[in-house]
Amino acid sequence: MSELLERALKGEEIAIAKLLTKIEYVDPEGMKALEYLAERSGSAHVVGITGIPGAGKSTIIGALIDEYVRRNHRVGVVMIDPSSPFTKGSFMGNRIRMQDRSTLDNVFIRSLASRGHLGGVSAEALMLIEALDGLGYDRIIVETVGAGQTDTEVVSSVHTIAVLTVPGTGDEIQALKAGIMEIGDFYVINKADKPEAEASYISTKFAIDSAEVNFRDGWKPIVAKTVATKGEGIKELVDMFEEHRSFLESKGIFRQRIVDRRVKMVELIVRRNIDQVLQKAVEENKKDILMIPLLKSVEKIQGDLIAKIGRAH
Amino acid sequence: MSLEKRIKVVVAKLGLDGHDRGAKVIARALKDAGMEVVYTGLRQTPEQIVKAAVQEDADVIGISILSGAHLELIPHITKLMKENQLNDVVLVVGGVIPPQDIQTLKDMGVDQVFMPGSNLKEISEFIKQAVAKKRGQKVERAS
Ligand code: B12
Ligand SMILES: Nc1nc2c(ncn2[C@@H]2O[C@H](COP(=O)(O)OP(=O)(O)O)[C@@H](O)[C@H]2O)c(=O)[nH]1
Ligand SMILES: [Mg+2]
Repeated sequence: MSELLERALKGEEIAIAKLLTKIEYVDPEGMKALEYLAERSGSAHVVGITGIPGAGKSTIIGALIDEYVRRNHRVGVVMIDPSSPFTKGSFMGNRIRMQDRSTLDNVFIRSLASRGHLGGVSAEALMLIEALDGLGYDRIIVETVGAGQTDTEVVSSVHTIAVLTVPGTGDEIQALKAGIMEIGDFYVINKADKPEAEASYISTKFAIDSAEVNFRDGWKPIVAKTVATKGEGIKELVDMFEEHRSFLESKGIFRQRIVDRRVKMVELIVRRNIDQVLQKAVEENKKDILMIPLLKSVEKIQGDLIAKIGRAH
Repeated sequence: MSLEKRIKVVVAKLGLDGHDRGAKVIARALKDAGMEVVYTGLRQTPEQIVKAAVQEDADVIGISILSGAHLELIPHITKLMKENQLNDVVLVVGGVIPPQDIQTLKDMGVDQVFMPGSNLKEISEFIKQAVAKKRGQKVERAS
């Protein structure tokens, strides 16, 4: 076991932070540590918070941290923001809403750039979840970019999904159209201090009640109201999250989701590795692509890709 | 198969200071220069800023301060950085800083100070080079 991993297991934050970086960047030491941690992980309840920008995801995560800490949990948080496809840079502003939660003992907050991954969760995100779980954080919250079809990827990776909607924005309708009304275990009408909240609550509830679908896992989604800025409705929400956790455990789904998450993680790591090789193969064949027929180009690059991958072993 | 680490910067407003335009301009400029920028927002204590840098495993801490309290507050940052073993983290400070204070700040452990009107490209180039140096990489000339 590396010294860094040993220190991380003792809870030393700087070591945890550096280890997570090594894992994020698939450094060999990081991957070895991840392998070790994955053997110890599997008990954390992973909650995904999703919804359009400005819905209050980061704010509600701050409030959820407080409630979990009050209940003596160790809380890990991963907040994902988009990377620019052009510069690869990223502006990550979710910490603004965290106030001084990161100075609490037993709370570890990490921002993560999406780095070109389009879905709600990237290989990096899944690796960080796995690592935090293995390091003993027993409640893990994930904030994902936006909401839409791509977020369906979150479904296989977290235990509980809360979709935040904002009153008066017609969000519910949009959400229905985008298919995210099918992914939530919870629909949280945040900003319930706004007068439009009641109407939103009613229409969302109606949408759920009248939905003629077989709900995922047989869990009928719960519609809740919160005022994240004041911490209102948070205790109740955490109670219901815990209820959902028990429900998943009783049906054996809690464990299944962790298996699914690992399968997804492995798939995403491999896909990203192949993608790197592919980009190289394309780059090397750039000149030829213009000179030889289309199908020949495809065959050539495919051949190169397979050869390169073969050589890597 | 390990990937090249992108530069991660924590940009923060230190102390009771509501001037956030400069900090946001800097955060955006560093993002455009390809860095991953964590902006922690207004009215941050030294403890909050250093804690964020620890958990994010930041390469750089960028402080924006226009309140005039820099000589008072920056020593808290450098002290906490030492206590938390952030010895390889670059520390840059920008904002309304009188020229005569620059050397004092550098003596405290600040790597560079940027005053109003600083060129954004120069700032990002400085950061890239300082990070490369601390990582022990060869320093490339700006193109
Ligand atoms: C705009 C402004 C305001 C706006 C702020 C709006 C906002 N949301 O930011 C408002 C009107 C709200 C305001 C209020 C006040 N202001 Co005022 N304000 C200014 C002003 C005119 C411009 C600041 C600005 O935005 N510049 C544009 C940005 C892009 O420049 P910048 O912040 O300097 O950033 C550049 C560099 O400094 C550097 N940089 C800055 N941060 C960082 C960080 C990093 C990491 C790096 C690498 C570089 C870097 O790079 C940037 C690009 O070149 C300055 C005067 C001045 N010329 O600086 C006074 C000034 C800062 N304000 C001042 C004062 C006194 C006040 C008030 C107390 C006034 C009052 N009595 O009410 C209040 C306090 C507000 C508060 N809560 O703190 C004084 C401060 C005096 C001092 N430090 O000794 C100044 C200097 C005016 C003066 N000459 O007296 N202000
Ligand atoms: N009125 C009101 N505003 C809120 C509430 N929750 C969050 N906000 C505000 O909504 C804005 C966006 O919040 P943020 O958490 O950053 O949203 P995110 O983009 O979904 O992470 C901020 O200005 C918050 O203060 C709430 O319950 N009521
Ligand atoms: Mg957010």
